[in-house]
Amino acid sequence: MVGHLLEVKNLEVEFTTYAGVVKAVRGVSFEVDPGEVVALVGESGCGKSVTAQSIMQLIPSPPGKITGGEIIFDGENLLEKNEHQMQKIRGNKIGMIFQDPMTYLNPVLSIATQVTENLRLHKGMSKKEAMERAVELFHLVGIPDPEIRLKQYPHQFSGGMRQRVMIAMALACEPKLIIADEPTTALDVTVQAQILELLKELKDRFQTAVILITHDLGVVAGQADRILVMYAGQIVERGTLDEVLKTPQHPYTWGLLKSVPRLDADKSRKLTPIWGQPPDLLQEFSYCPFMPRCDYAMAICAEEMPPFFNGGRARCWLNHPQAPKVEFKKEVS
Amino acid sequence: MFNYIVRRLLYSLAALLVVVTVTFLFMHIIPGGPFQREKALPEAIRKNIEARYKLDQPLHIQYIDYLSHLIRGDLGPSYKYRGMTVNDIIRERFPVSVELGTVAILLALFLGIPSGILAALHQSKFPDYLVMFFSTIGIAMPSFVIGTLLMYFLSYKWGLLPSATWGSPQHVIMPAIALAGLPTAYIARLTRSSMLEVLSQDYMKTAIAKGLPRRRILWVHGIKNAIIPVVTYLGPLVAGILTGSFVVENIFAVPGLGKHYVTSIYNRDYTVILGVTIFYCVLLIFMNLLVDLVYPLIDPRIKLAERKEQV
Repeated sequence: MVGHLLEVKNLEVEFTTYAGVVKAVRGVSFEVDPGEVVALVGESGCGKSVTAQSIMQLIPSPPGKITGGEIIFDGENLLEKNEHQMQKIRGNKIGMIFQDPMTYLNPVLSIATQVTENLRLHKGMSKKEAMERAVELFHLVGIPDPEIRLKQYPHQFSGGMRQRVMIAMALACEPKLIIADEPTTALDVTVQAQILELLKELKDRFQTAVILITHDLGVVAGQADRILVMYAGQIVERGTLDEVLKTPQHPYTWGLLKSVPRLDADKSRKLTPIWGQPPDLLQEFSYCPFMPRCDYAMAICAEEMPPFFNGGRARCWLNHPQAPKVEFKKEVS
Repeated sequence: MFNYIVRRLLYSLAALLVVVTVTFLFMHIIPGGPFQREKALPEAIRKNIEARYKLDQPLHIQYIDYLSHLIRGDLGPSYKYRGMTVNDIIRERFPVSVELGTVAILLALFLGIPSGILAALHQSKFPDYLVMFFSTIGIAMPSFVIGTLLMYFLSYKWGLLPSATWGSPQHVIMPAIALAGLPTAYIARLTRSSMLEVLSQDYMKTAIAKGLPRRRILWVHGIKNAIIPVVTYLGPLVAGILTGSFVVENIFAVPGLGKHYVTSIYNRDYTVILGVTIFYCVLLIFMNLLVDLVYPLIDPRIKLAERKEQV
């Protein structure tokens, strides 16, 4: 395990609200190796976006605050860097693709300005060089007629095209890592597939590592090398794509897999949602936070926070050697 | 674009006709006339004068007569200032109001926009409270109070600036500050609220994620979005301030158009009232048109052809 590109160690993030301190991320640790796609999966509010934005230090502060841990990127702890040093990393070494291309592009600046500005800033390119690079990028991300399109404004682009612009912007400086925060959530299903295909193609071509944040396991299945499942600010299961999808070990992951709609399933198969609500992140957990929603909860689950079992695969007492054996009914492959 | 401007000007003409007609009628509804004095003029002389200015004609004849002159750009003679036409008066007085108004508007912009941004950047902290405190005062305190206070301290107490009249650059300072008070406060508040909205927009996060320096994020990505409400306000503001403020010009004895406008109403100087009203109207229409033409330059989503025409 030499040379992780990114290493997140025990990250803790809090938000101060009127109701109290919300602990959004509670000791998250993971690594990303060069050229690898790591998916962060979980329902809304589980802390996956906050984790990703913490890497770039995009958490609005106040109310947000990174209260603990280390984020080591390329051998340097990003949390020790000042604002000016972070500016040299953002958009240059780490690119970011956001969820909603409709609102994440500035409506009053031309596409050319928005695509070329970080090239000029980080790479010191002249206006002409940056424009040439932008044309090249638009070819890469599959936007036809780049010369014309660059002169236009965001409102003249469709949602899918805007997301391509966002991807072009993120790729501009050839970053080592791209953080894609639900890149397809706001798009039509057909466009989603195109964008995912594009991301995959570009990743293979540039050997860029990707952190893919999503709540859609369908998105993950086609893309990721490894999966991290998050719940209530913690990672509850982690493993390679095959491990997590084929032999999931946490009941929460089982629940997620059962709630994926499938085209090829016979009509008698019902979608099984995960009942209940995610827990209130204002509170501290001395027990398993998934316990109240878990079909397999045992006495120990309400008493003690489970550690990672099976070489760090899942945080669930069911994996304890003395726990009763519960088999996940493999309806989903 | 060209069609749009032509269409707008045609609409403006209609609006102008309404203004002329209403002002004309109201003016004649007010009791009294331009040649009524406390000491009544001899009947024969009064009749003579009225005949000379065609005031003895029926109202509709006077109206048509006025319009026919107006079309030729002739606003008629002043009844009060013998030998001067309304055109002369505007030509003479307007530059003074323009000078004062330009200084006041520049003051309002250069003070209002930065302090609005400052307040937005430090929301609910000291700079915000400071800016909001002064802008509340600026909105609440009438210009004559500001003017009088300035005059009391700067001229009477400390003798730094001339208290009144016109002529040197020093004369401009106090009336300009008094005139700029309200617009400065208003622009600061407008800028603050629109900047706050812009700061929370997603595209600002994109700008940060691209590693842009704070300066560029604010002045390129932020301000262009935040400035639109200020531009909207600027149209009528410029027209209003350029035609002069009666109150401020009166306090500081500035020989501007605003002072003259109100005096003309006391005097029932019909042609001056009408002439200056029309002038103000044209200026307002022109400024609003200018603002509408500027919008698409700031926000490319605004297309002139699709806009509903408003005058």
